[in-house]
Amino acid sequence: MAQGTIPVGTKWWSGGKSPFNITYGKVMMWFFLISDAFTFSAFLISYGTIRFSANWWPDPNYVFNAFPFMGHANLPLAFVSLMTFILIFSSVTMVLAVHEGHKMNRKGVEKYMILTIIGGAAFLACQAWEWTHMLTGYQDVLVDGKVESWATTISHNPLGPKVMHEGQLIATPGPELFGGFFFGITGFHGFHVFSGVVINIIIYIKTRLGHFDQRGHYEMVEKVGLYWHFVDLVWVFVFLCFYLI
Amino acid sequence: MSHQPISPEITYVPEHGGTKRIWKTFWLLTVVTIIELGLGLAIYNIHEGPEPNANLVLFFKGLMCILTLAKAWYIVAVFMHLGDELRSFVLSVVVPLLLLVWFIIAFLWDGDSWRDMKNTNGGSIKTEVVAPAAIEKGAKD
Repeated sequence: MAQGTIPVGTKWWSGGKSPFNITYGKVMMWFFLISDAFTFSAFLISYGTIRFSANWWPDPNYVFNAFPFMGHANLPLAFVSLMTFILIFSSVTMVLAVHEGHKMNRKGVEKYMILTIIGGAAFLACQAWEWTHMLTGYQDVLVDGKVESWATTISHNPLGPKVMHEGQLIATPGPELFGGFFFGITGFHGFHVFSGVVINIIIYIKTRLGHFDQRGHYEMVEKVGLYWHFVDLVWVFVFLCFYLI
Repeated sequence: MSHQPISPEITYVPEHGGTKRIWKTFWLLTVVTIIELGLGLAIYNIHEGPEPNANLVLFFKGLMCILTLAKAWYIVAVFMHLGDELRSFVLSVVVPLLLLVWFIIAFLWDGDSWRDMKNTNGGSIKTEVVAPAAIEKGAKD
């Protein structure tokens, strides 16, 4: 390793060299990601607080059990695991693009950037389907003794506990905040994915135009890579908090 | 290796190794995710079963939290290359995030005490109020 070549007693903090051995841009990207991590943490912790304060909360296994083109088949966790694997895989193609960038291999970077963009777009498409399914999936719910038809929105939640009504089990209104947190947090994450895809497309175009070859390094690919991995990292926690627990 | 420091401020370029490590991490993440899904489906089956065991469900949920932290570790250390950076930089990223430890404990604790307050009318009712739904299938664990 190169550490051996650094003379003993090197003054790291007296200017001229990066004490962290990273460029300014990368340090700032990391610090931005820390602040973004705090934002997401605050969202998820507030969700946790509300959930801990509620006597009843919808079970994700019963809420997220649909799959496109499968009708009313009961497939708990199937679709969201597909989304998770799509995002993990696009994270791998991103890190491979960074790797090709280290080797100054423009063709390789282009190939893996395209795959990453496709992965991001596929994830967004899945999320659009899931939102549509939630927002248009009307269910019978017993409100003040009358049966109404509700979908899951930020103001309505038909996923409450079931009670007996005229001889059959029917749902009652669940915690309203469920929709607010679900759409708010997955929406905020989805917006990050969307902006990540846009940034990836910009970097892909700049790669094709040969800008990074002229510059002599592919550090921009590394920086957007950090952002993209962060999006994947957040999804890991959103997946845990909304779908698994 | 062909890569040079990209700025005069950079003293040395860490080796990130080949793609082997990346694929190994990918399979690791995949396997951990599959285990998590298995636990999720186990919880589903526990709820479907005749006598849901709340402690077992809680144990599985805790296990999923630990597995998620392991996944986060691998994503940050390998995919984001934080593991290859200098220790001083790793610490300046990780130490601020330690604030979250108390943030999580304090707020979940608060949520729990809020529920107690609501159910006992601010502590004036000694017996626990059982939500009518708690006995129904698919109720909160």
